[in-house]
Amino acid sequence: MTILAGPPDGPLSTGGTVLPGVAPGPEDHPRRVAFDRQRVIELSASGVSAAALVWTPFHLLGLNAPFGFFVCWFTAYATIYGIVVRQRYGPIEFKDALATFMITAGLLVALLPLILLTTYVIGKGFATFKAGLPGFPLLTKDFAHFSTTSKITDGGFKAALIGSMEQVGVATIPAVVIGVLAATYINEIGGRFAGAVRMTADAMTGLPSIIAGLFVYSFWVLPRAPHGFSGLAASMALFVVMLPVVVRTAEEVLRLVAGSLREAALALGAPEWRMVLQVVIPTARTGLVTAALLGVARAFGETAPVILTAFGSPRTQWNLAAGPQDDLPFRIYTLVRSPGAQNVQIAWGGALLLMVVILTLFTLARVLGTGRPGVRRGGALLARLRRPTKA
Amino acid sequence: MTAPAATDGLPAEFRPQRSRADIIFRGVLMACAGSVLAIILGILFFLSLRSRLAWDHRGFGTLTGTLWSPSQRVYGLRGDLIGSVVIAVVALLLAAPIAIAVSLAINEYLPLRLRPPMVALVDLLAAVPSLIYGLWGLYFLNGHLFLLSKWLGHHGAAFPLFRLVSGAPTQQSEFDAGVVVAVMILPLMTSISREIMSQVPREDCEAALALGGTRWGMIVDVVLPFSRNGVISGALLAFGRALGETIAVAFVLGQTSVVTSHILNQGGGSMSAAIANYFAGSSKLEQSSLTLGALALFVGTLSVGVLARLTVARTARKAAR
Repeated sequence: MTILAGPPDGPLSTGGTVLPGVAPGPEDHPRRVAFDRQRVIELSASGVSAAALVWTPFHLLGLNAPFGFFVCWFTAYATIYGIVVRQRYGPIEFKDALATFMITAGLLVALLPLILLTTYVIGKGFATFKAGLPGFPLLTKDFAHFSTTSKITDGGFKAALIGSMEQVGVATIPAVVIGVLAATYINEIGGRFAGAVRMTADAMTGLPSIIAGLFVYSFWVLPRAPHGFSGLAASMALFVVMLPVVVRTAEEVLRLVAGSLREAALALGAPEWRMVLQVVIPTARTGLVTAALLGVARAFGETAPVILTAFGSPRTQWNLAAGPQDDLPFRIYTLVRSPGAQNVQIAWGGALLLMVVILTLFTLARVLGTGRPGVRRGGALLARLRRPTKA
Repeated sequence: MTAPAATDGLPAEFRPQRSRADIIFRGVLMACAGSVLAIILGILFFLSLRSRLAWDHRGFGTLTGTLWSPSQRVYGLRGDLIGSVVIAVVALLLAAPIAIAVSLAINEYLPLRLRPPMVALVDLLAAVPSLIYGLWGLYFLNGHLFLLSKWLGHHGAAFPLFRLVSGAPTQQSEFDAGVVVAVMILPLMTSISREIMSQVPREDCEAALALGGTRWGMIVDVVLPFSRNGVISGALLAFGRALGETIAVAFVLGQTSVVTSHILNQGGGSMSAAIANYFAGSSKLEQSSLTLGALALFVGTLSVGVLARLTVARTARKAAR
């Protein structure tokens, strides 16, 4: 299926003959050719002339207004380019070219803050890391002996990392088990109740995470006051945040498992529970791991639910249930909110740590999740069903 | 969609006998699914329980009152509730057109080789925690954005919301918070609308091109009509997320919790940030008032989420037909 349409400003190429003005694209490319020389010339000439046109009055009037210049330049650029295209190719191509122009501009506008953000966070965080060399105070120290006069190297995120890992770990186990089973119910059994659960889980992914914290505060921390704050309470709040994420992702993954596998299992005489536990869930295994990892990544970065539950503690606290415990995003939040330049500098190191953790989890999820659920493995799983179960 | 469902309509003697193990299994699954509903109901119940005090104190006045004054035992959340909506609207107005442009660019414009990395980048940015966005907004954006705010104030004063209070700082405003939240919800909305747009039947697009349409013509006549509901629902989900955004707003906004029409000037309110900022160490009545506000926020975001879900369900039905 080779549909070789010419670019909007070029003639149609017919039957493989490439007419002048049309850049030869890949043979099986079903779309229009994106670039050709004509367009590059039109675009750059319009841009330069717009810049000249705007620069002249700005220079003559002695204006020093970068925003004003940019807005005027962009408007002039779009106008000149529009006029050029309209004159050369007519109104239909004019609309198309202007749309392409605007969409490209939109893409660049979107990329700009994202690039700025990443470079800024990495730059700041790296500076903090370097200040702590040799040795990694960021990973090996806590804030137990930290005061407003301390140096950057006197504090670190040991307590926070331990707390985060424990809290997220304890939240993950029930969230994944309950989440996957709930997704199984939605997907394998269905019905009106399943529809309601699905819609609730969907709406819950948008639940403000501070409300998860407030909820746990209301039913767990407050009745135990003043000893209610603990890592365990934070785990509960993170569980509330994770559960809908796991349910939604797991449900999408389970939907990809081929229906024929289920039918084959049932035809072999397997009861429903063995069909689900021994065929459907193992087939979707990698996808479910992805769902779990995405949930963990979400929970690890959450600050708001932890504020009202873990409460934070400068000392390293291994026990999840014994009073306030630290947490990585929470510690960063607290550092930024407290006075002192060195606090903020350490916070940037923590922010980089957090970015690295999230990035690792996300990449792992991505790598595992790219493959489709193992359809071929399904045969082996079915073969296992024929044998009597050992357990 | 599954095999067991197909047997439900059969006469009793052909229906497979469910063993006790299967009945227990179904029960366990149902309990897990029910726990999702139970959590939502639990949140509703406990937030209502804890906001009783504020409700008995002033009733709706807590939500509609404008004054927040712990010393007078008067707690009004109007500034915070309206501020949350204003920030979310600013964020959505900024993010929605760009998100649509980016999803169109990814699906229709970018060279094929660049598409998968762009998709991965957008999804990754959606996973970056709001704390990081907040830090960046506080230390980087705040130092640059006030120039834009000043510029908008000087040249856009014809638009009432852009009017500046002369002499007042233009940092840490609701507009700034809106910009940071816009950067945050941009990947979320992009990934939803991109997903929907990629489901447009390719044959329809090719037919439009084969008839001699331009790429923009194809987008207007094929892609956008097909994906309209999906894009709207993506915008709604993004709006809900913006409404409840806590940490980024708490960092960027110089919270004053008053109703303000000067969105470019310092100050303003946000319900979620108010909870993060004021809750710890406040009196029982204050906490209860904030909980009442949280309840309002909860109901608001939940209904936006359900609305989004219903919009998508309509598209799915249309596609199935």
